[in-house]
Amino acid sequence: MALALAAGGAAHAAGSRQLATGGASTIEGGAGGGLVPWAAITGYGAREEIGATAFATRINTGDYRLDVQGAAVGLFNRIELSASRQELDLVALGPALGLPGAHLRQHVIGAKVRLAGDVLYTRMPQIALGVQYKKQQDFALARALGARDDADVDVYLSATKVFLAGVGGYNAFLSGTARLTRANETGLLGFGGEGRNGRRVALEASGGVLLSRRFAIGAEYRGKSGSLDAVRESAWRDLFVAWFPNRHVSVVVAYADLGTVATLPDQTGWYLSVQGAF
Amino acid sequence: MRTIFAMLLALAAAAPSPDDSLYRALGEKQGIARLVDALLDRVYADPRINDLFKHVDRPDLARLVGEHFCHETGGPCEYTGRSMTDTHSGLAIKAKEFDAFVEDLVDAMEALDLPTRTQNRMLKHFAPMRAEIIDQ
Repeated sequence: MALALAAGGAAHAAGSRQLATGGASTIEGGAGGGLVPWAAITGYGAREEIGATAFATRINTGDYRLDVQGAAVGLFNRIELSASRQELDLVALGPALGLPGAHLRQHVIGAKVRLAGDVLYTRMPQIALGVQYKKQQDFALARALGARDDADVDVYLSATKVFLAGVGGYNAFLSGTARLTRANETGLLGFGGEGRNGRRVALEASGGVLLSRRFAIGAEYRGKSGSLDAVRESAWRDLFVAWFPNRHVSVVVAYADLGTVATLPDQTGWYLSVQGAF
Repeated sequence: MRTIFAMLLALAAAAPSPDDSLYRALGEKQGIARLVDALLDRVYADPRINDLFKHVDRPDLARLVGEHFCHETGGPCEYTGRSMTDTHSGLAIKAKEFDAFVEDLVDAMEALDLPTRTQNRMLKHFAPMRAEIIDQ
């Protein structure tokens, strides 16, 4: 009986917002699809509640492996604070450069504020403004490639909306983000460069359909254009399946196409992300 | 002229009635009664919101919610209750309480095996009423 009560209490402890409205965790720590942010505030906390999430993500293309861990807190469905650390293992490039085991690490601290709207309940989309402070931790390689700085700030504006019964009677969602950034490969290769050093606008989008209350499928696009002349970079894309068995756990599996990453072309592979919400 | 007038009258009489497809998808009056029952079972047992319904007579509430669902989904019912704003006036319903109610509704629809698409249409129809229900 006590156990049942405890389980019942826990079932409500994650907050009151509807399932999946907190999205998954992005590689930069906040709520979103996976590669791109949403305007949603992480977790399930309604206006009177606090929610929190923790996650681990791995993207494996064979030549590269990106591991990310992070956590975020959503305050009163208004403010989101997040922290994450990324480690990109140069599985193929390291040995080729005579640096077996080489990796690039980055820390990201994020804050997001919901400016207006509600993902689910208002006619207008939910709109949020976010900042991400990024600090590259292994700058030697990025510096050698021409990056100017090992730390910088991204600023982004996101709009996200769920269209109830939007596609053939199924709930659908659409999210768009415009980001001002100087990042090379999201910051893993530092910020700025020799040629063009200023901030650029990057456009990002994700959209999908909820096949049921617990399953969503969709796609993401993250426009990128770095400043490094030596290593061109590509937009990132993925096709994902997300599973929300309850408010405490979500799992995203995706097939990701990262294009050319640091001279190695055709970087495609699997994306797996697991989130716990409290 | 008289013929044209008669034709216009006939056309008006044959004009399509308001869309009642959601009403029918819910199983008409019987289906709605079952849904309301399943919903109120959950609401009255939900510790997040059942205090709000402590002094609300369940048969009365069931009748009014049933009428409201029926009327709003295009069914042949009159809603005899007050407006959403009036009925929730002074209750200061919180966002989290509205969300809890919506979850109970979705749980009830799942329990009755209503198709996902019917559930979604139901949410689409009633979600915009949030603004008339919370903070009143």
